[in-house]
Amino acid sequence: MTVLAVLFVVAVLIFVIEMLRREKIREKYAVLWIVIGLATLILAVFPDLLIWAAHVVGVQIPSNLLFAIALILLMGVTLHLSREVSASEDEIRALAEEVAILRADLRDIQDQLPKDPESRPIR
Amino acid sequence: MTAGIRAKTLVIMPAWNESESVGSTVREVLAYAPPCDVLVVDDGSTDGTARIAAEAGARVIRLPFNMGVGGAMRTGFKYALLHGYDQAIQVDADGQHDPREIKRVLEGLSDADIVIGSRFEDRAEYEVKGPRKWAMIVLGGVLSKISGTRLTDVTSGFRAANRRAIRQYVAHYPAEYLGDTIDSLVVAVRSGCKVVQVPVNMRPRQGGTPSHHPLKAAVYLVRSGLALVFALTRKKSSPVGD
Repeated sequence: MTVLAVLFVVAVLIFVIEMLRREKIREKYAVLWIVIGLATLILAVFPDLLIWAAHVVGVQIPSNLLFAIALILLMGVTLHLSREVSASEDEIRALAEEVAILRADLRDIQDQLPKDPESRPIR
Repeated sequence: MTAGIRAKTLVIMPAWNESESVGSTVREVLAYAPPCDVLVVDDGSTDGTARIAAEAGARVIRLPFNMGVGGAMRTGFKYALLHGYDQAIQVDADGQHDPREIKRVLEGLSDADIVIGSRFEDRAEYEVKGPRKWAMIVLGGVLSKISGTRLTDVTSGFRAANRRAIRQYVAHYPAEYLGDTIDSLVVAVRSGCKVVQVPVNMRPRQGGTPSHHPLKAAVYLVRSGLALVFALTRKKSSPVGD
């Protein structure tokens, strides 16, 4: 069981790092996953850590502590993504506004150019 | 097209699938308003709004996708700022804002930065009921208090801005719900813009249908309350430079 868990975590880590290397994922998102992956790896190698931690925090069933931590982490990741998506949307909107204004200005300038189609930029 | 000779006033008309009414509204503005340029911001329409507006004599900006009134208006204000207009006024494309009243709203700018053209309070045909009415009363009350002047129709889109207010709007004009009316106004007032209200005659819409569903009205109440609370907790914003 431990071997399987370790293999799985290592595979995920390799996948994330490979995406990072190929620039498929930005560093600021990858860091979170790498940290989560490493923490999971440590827990997979030393399962006693979880039992000890559950005892310290006062959780009776260690796996419940694991579930709680997983939920909190995943919530954090999704909140982070919502925030980033909103920021991206704002940037897209600002760009769309700029492009729309530029297109209107370009049309005005084209209308002042000579009517000879050969000498006009592409519409 | 009036490129070259530039009037000082820009009429900004956000339009989303308003092909029924945009043409006549643009023509009316050009006929009855003081000398001005009309800018129709086509908010991702799928009908002939842009073409009809241009034929009627408006300058047209076409947004690549629908961004809501807030996005369309911010684009208009950016355009006004970039092209050196001294004042801008928002007029709805559905014909609700009477172009004959534009002059009166613009005149309010002589002693304010923002002028809101509001419905006459005694006109029975604009009676609103239930949650929508409560929302309007609360919004009007709070905004009157922070602006130091009596405002009754704060969600009216018939409003004019001078150069200072245009710069303020370009800096803060959120695309969120009611961002174009409540949020932008609250932040503008807190940033030092002076607001006045001018009573104007409103007309029934020429196209489109208003919604009066009670559930929608309740949702409106909650969302407008949230928008107000958020706006009130925002920091001042400094207007962008010329």
